[in-house]
Amino acid sequence: MKLIIAFIKPFKLEQVGDALKSIGVTGMSVSDISGFGRQGGQTEVYRGAEYEVDFVPKVRLEILVDDEMASVAVDAIEKSAHTGEIGDGKIIVLAVYDAVRIRTGERGADAI
Amino acid sequence: MKRAKRKLLIGAALAALLVLVMASPAMAQEELAPASQFVLDNLWIFIAGVLVFFMQAGFALVEAGLTRSKNVANIMMKNLMDMSAGVLAFAIVGFGIAFSSNELLGGWFGWDFGIAGVEDTTADGLLPSTFFFFQAAFAATAATIVSGAMAERTKFRSYFVYSFFITALIYPVVLRWTWGGGWLAQLEYPFSDFAGSTIVHATGGWAALMGAIILGPRIGKFGKDGKPRAIPGHSIPFVVLGAMILFIGWFGFNPGSELAADEFVMPIALKTLLAAAAGAVTAMLVNWTKDGKPDVSIAANGLLAGLVAITAPVGAVETWAAVVIGAVGGLIVVFSVTMFDRIKVDDPVGAISVHGVVGTWGTLSIALFAVYDDAFLGRENAGLFYGGGPDQLWTQLIFVVVHFVFVTAAAGLLFLAIKATIGLRVSPEEELAGLDVEEHGSPGYGHDPSHTSVGVGGGSGSSPGGHKETVSSAGEGAPE
Repeated sequence: MKLIIAFIKPFKLEQVGDALKSIGVTGMSVSDISGFGRQGGQTEVYRGAEYEVDFVPKVRLEILVDDEMASVAVDAIEKSAHTGEIGDGKIIVLAVYDAVRIRTGERGADAI
Repeated sequence: MKRAKRKLLIGAALAALLVLVMASPAMAQEELAPASQFVLDNLWIFIAGVLVFFMQAGFALVEAGLTRSKNVANIMMKNLMDMSAGVLAFAIVGFGIAFSSNELLGGWFGWDFGIAGVEDTTADGLLPSTFFFFQAAFAATAATIVSGAMAERTKFRSYFVYSFFITALIYPVVLRWTWGGGWLAQLEYPFSDFAGSTIVHATGGWAALMGAIILGPRIGKFGKDGKPRAIPGHSIPFVVLGAMILFIGWFGFNPGSELAADEFVMPIALKTLLAAAAGAVTAMLVNWTKDGKPDVSIAANGLLAGLVAITAPVGAVETWAAVVIGAVGGLIVVFSVTMFDRIKVDDPVGAISVHGVVGTWGTLSIALFAVYDDAFLGRENAGLFYGGGPDQLWTQLIFVVVHFVFVTAAAGLLFLAIKATIGLRVSPEEELAGLDVEEHGSPGYGHDPSHTSVGVGGGSGSSPGGHKETVSSAGEGAPE
């Protein structure tokens, strides 16, 4: 099993979600986050004075998949979240020891 | 049969029209019975006063929107209390100072202690209670302007003390000298300030200036290089909703200042409407050109600037002049906001610019554009552009300069006295953490109870997906 964590541009969420569903991914968690990467912050003007937006809003996805699905899912995210502009985000893949479906008590890959 | 019915209807309509045509000239000439006029006057001024009190909601929303969410309960509390404490202070002390017939120091002050004084004072055609109600709404307006400029860093108890004194002493002395019939009304060419660009708005604006200077800027407002840094507010919808509520309230503020239900009310309302629109559009266009994007809160400031500008000259000027005066107000407010940033006076909501600077412009504009007698001027064509010469300009200049000196001195002394005794500013730790919890005990936007107070219940009857909530005891959910 693998845990895929992806940081993407917020407006790409719908496309990424559709891409994952179309390859058979059965679940994911979505959180609104903010942070900085190579994109850095932005300078905006408010009431005539400038200010730095140090942390840019992003969406964080967490997807639990079995080993065969992992590379397909990563490809799907990469393709659907891509714009070519700075700030497209990152995908991280982690090995997972175990998983439990709380309702039934199923363990391991059955819990996905 | 159908046709006959239609004919009958047309006949009836024509007859009704004929009656109207014949009756209307007579009706226009006929004066209302004095009793009816008395009821209309008092009812209208009561409604106008209610509209002015509604402006408190507008101020509260504008100020809340332009500041950060960690201080939102504090700013709401300040607006609640400068209205409540202000009305009491005005009733007990302020109203007597402003309008009592017991003159002190040759008429420079009045004195009439207690609410009995309110009940004894009369004004033309209005019940004493109507007059007091309307004046109290204005006093609350003058007081509340200051809270925005001093937002996010003032101790609540200090602000409470300030609120009492501005409506008990400072604003009433300004009233005494002006609407109370004092020395500025007795000049050879009397002052004119129809609904209070200077008397109400600049009093709040200049007191706000002193408060912001004596407090100093918010932590983080100016970078180490001394350059101003914006601290964006937390709710633009609040700002715009608040500005629109103020706009509506102003239709009590200006037309109500006629103090009667007569034929001048609607022209005043129309000039107020057009000046506000011109202020908003001008401020947006100027700001758009200057800074690249049209800032929503600056456009809202522009709307208010148009309103503040037309408040003084609304009775004296023509309709086209109202548009010009409002537009210039919108122009001034954009540069004024930037200017106060440059000289390091931190005014999170632009109150000093909107009410102080633009209020002064509105008061001076009378000297240029006055053509009608607004019951203060005592003559027509008083404006420079109408051949009135510089006489009114001198009076208006004396008025705004004396007012500026008095209010800045009195408010400055008040804030310095508060600073030296109970302190004016919260600690840096409290400022960073936010005033809501430190000053008032709970945040403005509470935690969602389904996250913080759900008991571990367990028991029977909880269906899948259902919530079982148990209210925890006060201590349980509190953070360490």
